[in-house]
Amino acid sequence: MRSLTDEWTNPLRDPRDKRLPRIAGPCGLVIFGVTGDLSRKKLMPAVYDLANRGLLPPGFALVGFARRDWADQDFEEIVHESVRQYARTPFRETVWRQLAKGIRFVQGSFDDDDAFDRLAQCVHQLDEVRGTSGNHAFYLSIPPSAFPVVCKQLARAGLATQRGDQWRRVVIEKPFGHDLMSARELNAIVNDVFPEESVFRIDHYLGKETVQNILALRFANQLYEPIWNSNYVDHVQITMAEDVGVGGRAGYYDGIGAARDVIQNHLLQLLALTAIEEPVSFRPRELRGEKVKVLSATGLMEPLEQTTARGQYVAGWQGGQWVQGLLEEDGFAKDSKTETYAAITLEINTRRWAGVPWFLRTGKRLGRRVTEIAVMFKRAPHLPFDTTAAEELGQNALVVRVQPDEGVTTRFGSKVPGTSMEVRDVTMDFAYGHAFTESSPEAYERLLLDVLLGEPSLFPSNEEVELCWEILDPVLDFWESAGRPEPYPAGSWGPKSADQMLARTGRKWRRP
Amino acid sequence: MIVDLPSTTTAAVNRKMVELRERGGAVALGRVLTLVIVTDDGDPTEQAIEAANDASREHPCRVLVLARGIKRAAARLDAQIRVGGDAGASEVVVLRMYGPLADQGASVTVPLLLPDAPVVVWWPGEAPAVPADDPVGRLAQRRITDCAVARNPIKALAQRRASYAAGDTDLAWPRLTLWRGLLAAALDQPPHEDVTRVVVAGAADSPSTDLIAGWLAAKLDVPVTRNRADVEGGLESVRLVRRSGEVALARPDGKVGVLTQPGQPERRMALQRRPLRDCLSEELRRLDPDEIYQEALDALPRIRKGGGPARKITP
Repeated sequence: MRSLTDEWTNPLRDPRDKRLPRIAGPCGLVIFGVTGDLSRKKLMPAVYDLANRGLLPPGFALVGFARRDWADQDFEEIVHESVRQYARTPFRETVWRQLAKGIRFVQGSFDDDDAFDRLAQCVHQLDEVRGTSGNHAFYLSIPPSAFPVVCKQLARAGLATQRGDQWRRVVIEKPFGHDLMSARELNAIVNDVFPEESVFRIDHYLGKETVQNILALRFANQLYEPIWNSNYVDHVQITMAEDVGVGGRAGYYDGIGAARDVIQNHLLQLLALTAIEEPVSFRPRELRGEKVKVLSATGLMEPLEQTTARGQYVAGWQGGQWVQGLLEEDGFAKDSKTETYAAITLEINTRRWAGVPWFLRTGKRLGRRVTEIAVMFKRAPHLPFDTTAAEELGQNALVVRVQPDEGVTTRFGSKVPGTSMEVRDVTMDFAYGHAFTESSPEAYERLLLDVLLGEPSLFPSNEEVELCWEILDPVLDFWESAGRPEPYPAGSWGPKSADQMLARTGRKWRRP
Repeated sequence: MIVDLPSTTTAAVNRKMVELRERGGAVALGRVLTLVIVTDDGDPTEQAIEAANDASREHPCRVLVLARGIKRAAARLDAQIRVGGDAGASEVVVLRMYGPLADQGASVTVPLLLPDAPVVVWWPGEAPAVPADDPVGRLAQRRITDCAVARNPIKALAQRRASYAAGDTDLAWPRLTLWRGLLAAALDQPPHEDVTRVVVAGAADSPSTDLIAGWLAAKLDVPVTRNRADVEGGLESVRLVRRSGEVALARPDGKVGVLTQPGQPERRMALQRRPLRDCLSEELRRLDPDEIYQEALDALPRIRKGGGPARKITP
């Protein structure tokens, strides 16, 4: 036996061997809430796609847990259907047959001790038959209100305890609470059963190629870093617009609203990646450390009645269709104060960013579906042209298009063809080829694989989640006490107050 | 869209491509490299183009296909430009060269290379003896050959070793990537004992089998025996012998892999031969010299030839 200090290195691994894929060690995945949309459309197809790419360990097992009265075969049929319909890689019978052999179903409700004992038995059996070696990830695709009971049940049935080299991990989805207090409670409940390094909080935005590319763009190039600061940047706009409404999601959305649903997680994560200082390496600890640093320096610009805006969509024509307003949607109270549009202004109190406003906005039923980060630069201090020649020239901009049409756009001034000297804005586009392809992994694939590998870089830590609530909480409190959200017609770009919010500082929203 | 330019010059091809872009907006995406495919008349060219188009979705590129036609003819260049739906995320230019021009592929290639972008050359059929010395090969940072389609694959692999230059690679190598990943992942798990001996088996004419033997010999520095197995083609099994027993990865039916370890249940996974486009995509992902491939080639003479069923005659 080697001593513990003499760390063993795998002779087949070589840092120069960049082809060698990262295949997870023996393990299984247990999904709670397999009947949900996310599970059918994203998780189960992602599992198949990973298997198809050869990235799942041999003998991988997938266990579904739900109340339905299904046998293993019924569940297998459900997985098969969702794979057929939603998987990105081609269907291969051999891959499917091997995967199907590891599919199990456990029927029961969350308060049913017996069901969790059966789950424990099932997992134990898989260790023996399939060779999952006691390594299991539990994906809680369920409402957070059910977290406490499921966590307790997992602990009670002995499913959360890791022995020796084995690991047990838990994956949770947003919302991570609805304010700082509740987030802390939730973290306490989960951490009571699973230690922090075993908790993986999924923010699927962080699994996107374009989002990871922000770091490459910033830190692999010489071109952008010198101007990535308040000397050159005038302001930053981060937008996530959706064209869909919240019909059918009242149970989740009513009382939550746009700010909690999107700004707290996705948009603040995008802000953190755009604003962070260069980490000394891309090791999880370093990257998370830098994100925590920048988030802890981030705060709201005040006064809030001038620097924030919120709205609620009312009926209108959107993209050629008449759609109803939020208050008419099923399940929403006729006097619901839930905002479907939220915009806030942030500042980052560091040497790099002091004085640069960060405008974050998100909304439902807006003009079109788009997510982007626009870094708007200051105007040139002097223009050696006639006053009329550069009239049409706007601000230079660098736009990271997160989705759809993933890529990067640069906007700059260029001469208008002709005999006179006139300048106007032109754009230069870089588009990701992979937009049309199955060859690069989808966000959930990447994140699921990272969970199985125990690689936490792309998952927000407990601390980050709490910092984000700390940033957002004052706005939520302010809105709570300040009347109703302003109506805006479906299909528009949000309420007037949002435009005024920028106009006060002499700026305006980009039309994304 | 497909545009034919019979009996033409590269200048005309270039002009036409610019025109197509201006007129139709038929623009390839920000392209990262030029892929030159060198084929002989009669080779299955379309299959290679299809694989390149698939790979271009991950690596937007310009594809130049040099099709060498009959030499006993007048010198002539026929070109065909494919853009849009007929070319994946790339733009494809098929150049058919006849007569004395057939041997002057480099002269046709140079004017059509993308400025300042890496060049990759791929011989989907028989490759030149020394790819790095080939006139077209000299233009490229990366030269991709395929031993498996050679008349004598094992000899071809030996030739790859003899003529290796930084930037060379062979599709026999990406065909092994999943196997290598699985073996490395298996050794990641305890017990972390030293491997004392390795036995690999595969079809008599499988260069990938030799190559994985070479890789294991280079990395583990232990005796490696290469046996012949009675299988349709390709690699059949790898056994890593340790004190506590054997870690074995086997694929007896060519489809399903079985991983066995002492004291543990058999684990199965799909392990099919990788499609051409996946191998090509992997090759295009990195264009720096592949030192690991070189080490695997260098270790080939250290492999012990073992027994096995009589050499199967493959058609």
